[in-house]
Amino acid sequence: MKRAVEYIKSLFLLELLAGMALTWRYLWAPKVTIHYPQERIPQSPRFRGLHALRRYANGEERCIACKLCEAVCPALAITIDSEPREDGSRRTTRYEIDLFKCIYCGFCEESCPVDSIVETHIHEYHFEQRGENIVGKAKLLAIGDRFEAEIAERKAFDAAYR
Amino acid sequence: MDTLLLLLWTLVKILAIAVPLIVLVAFFVLWERKVIGWMHSRHGPTYVGKGILQAFADTFKLLLKEVMVPANANGVLFRLAPLLALAPAFAAWAVVPFQDGMALSNANAGLLYLLAMTSMGVYGILLAGWASNSKYAFLGAMRSAAQVVSYEIAMGFALVGVLVAAGSMNITDIVNAQAGNSGLFEWFWLPLLPLFVIYFISGVAETNRAPFDVAEGESEIVAGFHVEYSGSAFAIFFLAEYANMILISFLTALLFLGGWLSPFQGWGWGLLSEPSMFWLFAKAFVFAFMFLWFRATFPRYRYDQIMRLGWKVFIPITIVWILAAAWFVHAGWFVAGA
Repeated sequence: MKRAVEYIKSLFLLELLAGMALTWRYLWAPKVTIHYPQERIPQSPRFRGLHALRRYANGEERCIACKLCEAVCPALAITIDSEPREDGSRRTTRYEIDLFKCIYCGFCEESCPVDSIVETHIHEYHFEQRGENIVGKAKLLAIGDRFEAEIAERKAFDAAYR
Repeated sequence: MDTLLLLLWTLVKILAIAVPLIVLVAFFVLWERKVIGWMHSRHGPTYVGKGILQAFADTFKLLLKEVMVPANANGVLFRLAPLLALAPAFAAWAVVPFQDGMALSNANAGLLYLLAMTSMGVYGILLAGWASNSKYAFLGAMRSAAQVVSYEIAMGFALVGVLVAAGSMNITDIVNAQAGNSGLFEWFWLPLLPLFVIYFISGVAETNRAPFDVAEGESEIVAGFHVEYSGSAFAIFFLAEYANMILISFLTALLFLGGWLSPFQGWGWGLLSEPSMFWLFAKAFVFAFMFLWFRATFPRYRYDQIMRLGWKVFIPITIVWILAAAWFVHAGWFVAGA
C-alpha cells in the first residue's frame, strides 16, 4: 500500500510540484542582499578591524612598552622592542603587527592598561607590496591620529558595558 | 533574375528570424540570471546598464577572447563542433510558424524535419567532447549522447500522439486542428495531457538543461563537453543551447497549446478571442520561464535515475497514450485533419 502511494506520488510529480511552489514563493519574497559598496550594514562600536596606536591629548604617545599585548597575542603577531627615552620614560623603539598573523581577536586592546593599542572600524584595506602586511609604529600612530575622534567616541559609547 | 530575387527574399526572411533570435537569446540569458537570482533571494545582475546590458557585456567579452585549441585535440572537428551544435538549433526555426501562413517554410513534413533537427544538435556535443581529447569533455559527451538518445524516443512518441490527433505533419495544420469554439479546452494539452508533460520534460532533457544537465555536471566533470572551449567557440555553444530552449518552448506552445490561437476563442471576448502572434509569444514565454524555474528548483538527477525515468516511465506512458489517442480519433473525439 505504502509503495503504491509512493508510486502515485512520483508518477504525478507531486513532490516536484511542491518544490516548484516553494521557489515560486521565493521569487516574490523580498530580497535581502545588500549592494555592498553602495549600501552597508550598521557596524558595532565593538567592531575589531585594523589596529591603531593612540596618543594623549598633549601629543604624547600612550604606549609604555609594557608588552602585555605582545604576551597575550594568541597569534604571536605583535613584536615590541623598548628602550628608555632621554627623559627616562620607557618607550617602544619598535612596535610591529603582522596583519597576516593577526586574528583580530581584540585581546591586545583588552590587555592594554593605557588604552593605547586599539582596533578601529577599518576593515577595507589592502597591500600592494610584499612586506606591507607588517605594520610599524609610525603607521599605527598615524592611523590613530587620523581616527582619534572616532576611536574616542566608540570607546566612550562602549565604556558603560565594560 | 526571379531565382535571385527569391533567394534574396528568403535570405531576408531568414535574417528576420535569426537576428531577433540571437537578441532574444541575449535577453533570455539575462532573464535567466534574474529569475534564478530572485528565486535564490538575490537580485541577479544589476550593474551593467542596470543589469539589462549584462548579456551583451558577456557576449563581447567572449568574442574578444582567444579560442584555445588544445595541443592534442583534433583541430578540424574541434572547430566544426560548435557550428554543428548551432546550425540545427537555428535550422529548426525554418518550419516554425508564427501565425497562420507566417513560416519560412510551410513544409508538409514539418514535424519530421523538427524531430530530425532537434536530434542533430547532439552531434555537435558528441564531436566537441571527443575532439577535445579531454576525459571530462569525453565523459560529458558520452552522458549527453546516452541521455539524448533515450529521450529522443519519448519525445518522438509524444510527437506521434500529436500527429495522430491532428492527422497532419504540417505544423500550421496541427495548430489549426486545435481551433474550436471552446478556446483552450480544444487544444491538444487536454486529451494528450501525459504526452504534453512528457514532451516538455523530454525537451528539457534534450537541451541538456537542469535537472538533466549531467552533460555539463559542473560539480563532477567541470563543464562537460565544452570544458576545453573558450572565447567565441564557447559563445556559440551557449547560443545553441539557449536557441534550443526557446525552440522547445515555441514547439510545446505550438503542438499542445494551440500556438497563436486565443485561449478564449469562441467566448466572444472581442479582441481577446482573436488568434494572434502574441498568444504564441506569451505561451512560449511561459515555457521558457519553466526552464529557468526548473533550474532554480531541482537538483541534478543522478545518471541512472535519468535513464530509469526515460526508459521505464516515459516510454511506456507515451506508448499507452498513443494507443489512447488513436482510440480517441477512432471514437470520433477529434476529427483528424480538421
